[in-house]
Order: sequence, then C-alpha cells, then structure tokens
Amino acid sequence: MATADVERLGWLAWLGDWVYHALLVVGDFLIFSGRTFSWMFRRRPARHTLLHSCHDVGVGSLIVIIITGAFIGMVLAVQAYAEFHSLGLETRMGSLINVSVVRELGPVLAATMLAGRVGSAMAAELATMRISEQIDALSCLGANPIHYLVVPRLMACVLVIPLLTVVADFTGVMGGAMISIHLYDIEAHHYWSHSRAYLGMWDIGVGLVKSLFFGVALALISCHRGFNARPGSQGVGKAATEAFVASFIAILALDFFLAIILNALRDRIWPTPPGSLF
Amino acid sequence: MSKDRVEKFLAGSTATPTRSTVRAPRSPLTLLDVEQASMRFGGQQVLRDLDLAIERGQTLVVIGESGCGKTVLLRLLIGLIRPTVGRVLFDGKDLAQLSERELTKQRMRFGFLFQGAALFDSLSVFDNVALGLREQRRFTETEIRDRVRLRLEEVGLPENAQEKKPAELSGGMKKRVGLARALALDPEVMLYDEPTTGLDPIMSDVINELILQTGRRRPVTSIVVTHDMKTVLKVADRVVMLYPLARLRPDERQVLFDGPPAELSQCPDERVTQFIEGEARERVKNHKH
Repeated sequence: MATADVERLGWLAWLGDWVYHALLVVGDFLIFSGRTFSWMFRRRPARHTLLHSCHDVGVGSLIVIIITGAFIGMVLAVQAYAEFHSLGLETRMGSLINVSVVRELGPVLAATMLAGRVGSAMAAELATMRISEQIDALSCLGANPIHYLVVPRLMACVLVIPLLTVVADFTGVMGGAMISIHLYDIEAHHYWSHSRAYLGMWDIGVGLVKSLFFGVALALISCHRGFNARPGSQGVGKAATEAFVASFIAILALDFFLAIILNALRDRIWPTPPGSLF
Repeated sequence: MSKDRVEKFLAGSTATPTRSTVRAPRSPLTLLDVEQASMRFGGQQVLRDLDLAIERGQTLVVIGESGCGKTVLLRLLIGLIRPTVGRVLFDGKDLAQLSERELTKQRMRFGFLFQGAALFDSLSVFDNVALGLREQRRFTETEIRDRVRLRLEEVGLPENAQEKKPAELSGGMKKRVGLARALALDPEVMLYDEPTTGLDPIMSDVINELILQTGRRRPVTSIVVTHDMKTVLKVADRVVMLYPLARLRPDERQVLFDGPPAELSQCPDERVTQFIEGEARERVKNHKH
C-alpha cells in the first residue's frame, strides 16, 4: 500500500499494512525454514564447509561462553547468599544456583551471547554475499544457496550450541561453587551433596533440549535476515541488528513455551505425589 | 476440484516440461526468447512489454542508461528472477514453469560474469573456479584441477594466482577469475554484466578481447550488458538499446534501437545518438531548476 494512502486512511490502514508485511515476513521465513530442512535431509553439506561453520560457531565462541557461564554462577551465588544465610540454609545454595544455571540461565544466556556473536556475524556475512551477488553466483553455478550456505550453519548451530551450553553450565556451576565455598566459607561437602540431591539428569536434559531449539532458531533467523538484506552498508547493518533482536525474542519465547511443555512432560512421566511441595 | 484442475496439478508436479511449458521458438535459431516481459519491484516498474529473440551464436550487446533494466534483463534470462508479466523461454522452455531441479539444470548451460565478479571471499581463486565443477559431482579432483588450470590459462592468469584470495586481486584479475569460473562448465550462453566497468582502458580492452576469444573458441551465445561504447563496437553482432521507463511515454516501446552496431550512429532517434555520444544536453539544464 502506498505511503500516501496509508496516511489518508489513518492508524487502521497503518495497522493493516504492518500486519500484512509481518505476515509476509513470517510466511517467507516458514518457507525458508522448510526448504532448509528439506535440503538438510536431501543432501549432506561438504565436510569442509560444515567443519568451517562448526569452528566459527564453536571455537570462536568458547572464551565468551566460559566467561559468561562463570559470571552467571558467581552473580547467582552473591545474590542468593543473603537470603539463604538469613534462613540458615546457605549449604543449600548449590541447589538453587545449579538448577538455575543448568535449566534456565546457562542455555538462555549462552544462546543470547551466541545470537550476538554468531547470529549477527552470520547475518552480516550472508547479507554481504547477497548484495555483492555472491548468492546469485552460487545459483548460477548450479549450487543451491540454501544447501551451500544455510544448511552447514544450521547444522553447526545444532551440533555445537548444546556443547557450548554444557561448557556454560559447567563454568556456571564452578563459578557459583567458587564464590560459595571460597568467599562465603560454605562447607564444600554439604554444598555439593545438596547440589547433587536437587540436580538430576532431567534438569541437564531440559537445558540441552532448550539449547537445541535455540540453536535452530538462531541459525534460521540469522540466515533468513542475511538472505533478505537490503542493498548497501545500511542493509548489512540492519540485517545484523534484526538477526540479533529477532533471535533474542525467539530465544525468550521458546524458553517460555519449552518450559511449559517440558514441565508438563515431566509431570506426565513422574506425577507429583499429592501434598508434595516439589 | 475439476478434472482440468486435477490434470493441470498433475502436469505441474512432474519435473519434465509439459506441453504448456515448451513451445516452438520463433525461429529454429532462437535460443532465448523474451515474450512481452514486464518486471516490477514493489511500486517501481523496470521493464515493460519487452520482446526480444536472441539467436544461437549471436553476440547481443544491451546498452542504455543506468536504471533502464539491463541487469534485470540478464537476471530474467538466467531465471534468477521471474517476470511479473510475460515469459522468458530458453530453448523453448518457459523458465518460470520449470521445477527447481530442472531450472538448476538449465542454469548450468549459462555462464554469468557479474559486474563485481561476485567471487566468494572465503575461497581461493582455484576453489572459486572449481566450485561449479565440484557441485556437479561428476568430475574427479584430478579432472577438476586440470579444467581449472586450463580456464585460468585461457583468461591469462598466472599459475601463482591460484592460491590467492579475491581480496588480494586487482579489479581486472577479479573479472578474469569471474570469467574463468563462468567458463568452467562450458556454457552455451555467456552473460556479461558490465564487464569493463571500473577497469582502466587497457584492462577493459583485455576483457573485450577475452569476450571475443570466448566466442571464437566455442559455439557460445553471448549477451553483454554495458555502457562502454568501445565494448559495443568491438564485440557486438547486434545492439539493443533500452530506455528508462521513467522518461518514456506510456505508448512508447522501451527498445529504442535494435540492429547491427554499424547502424547505431545512423539511428534517427535523438536519445540514441545522445547516449552513444555521451552528451548530457537538456538533462543538466533541467537539473538547474
């Protein structure tokens, strides 16, 4: 709809225009995702392309993830100590810190960091390839751009982000333990035994399942933004920013829905006994 | 669903072109046929009712001011975009009606030299030229190495350039690598988008010579989009001049000239002579107001 018409018809027309374009983008994203999954199962990407993507996503992000994870654990310990100390339950701090890190904060913050570092870079790289006609050149050479450019990035995120989440979880747990044990003098044996009592394989599994979904969302959104970049340096910058913002929102939304679904699944597998608090 | 619609659906689902997608070209020599094609991007129309038949072995040069739709025409010809209205037929097949697999197969019969060469930044010169061959998955690595070496030799690149990255190459070398890459799959049709833009006069002439040499060495149909009149006079068998729609009356044809290069200077249309002589004339006066 032309801008002049939109101004004349007022906010309703503006809203209609916005919804129309939003639906176009969502529809295009769904088609893009469908084609990516179809190519992923139709033909394997070249090994060197996949390894290169895994290296970019994994090795390049390792230090950032270690630092992020450690600080999450340390901040949680500092915040939790006052409350637990006032109740005389400081030896149980580990249960709170570790469950929070492994189930929620580790996967979410690791994915957020990766959306900033890897997602934006993917979007900017693909946007540059789009505006410099490299993506068209691939089509002309008989290579499918989605198969050649998107599938390795998606597979790298699916393979590597859960591993990075394990690293974030580990450093988060160690960071929390370091502050609790060495700064607040909580007895290590009790700290770890309470941690073990509350943290199960289910919690670790929940975190990893979430990270898998976050990886898929991050890769698809970032690649889609890059593929649909507008010309010029502003277009590249906008694609990178949109990739981060949209990935971040998707991560939070997915976290919410996965929490509901996975909790329902847990209750179905292990129903909570009547009268039990946990 | 009616019987007709069921039949149409079933026909559309097959990879091989059906009766509706294949038709006899205008003449047996016609390889590419643009039929009443119009192209619109959002609110902006770039091409209008374009009719163009390109014969096998011909070197067609498309000229015209910036924004007249020359590059869009090249992208239509190789099926990178579909016309908003009308059809583009390649060897009798309507590109818009082909399945993704069939379109990819047809595209392999084209070579495309992009304006900025569009080399893959992360790959070496060798890997850039080898990419199309590797994607075919029918050549051994030794065959690929031999073909890449031959093509690089053909465009006059030294062997030590093979391991360089595109960022280490000059503009002219990039164009040569782009040409070697486009020629690697022995295309039947070569598309050149502004092949000499941004190059010094000597390098421009080298590229023009390479275009001629490509045509001499293999039976190739070439479509060259350019502003460069030296290229026009040197390589063209036929010249088509497009004009920007923004400055055309609704009843005027977008093709202002279609004929051999020798007749270009005798064209009675002032807009054609203005373009070939490179004169701004009333444009500057208009801009003052």
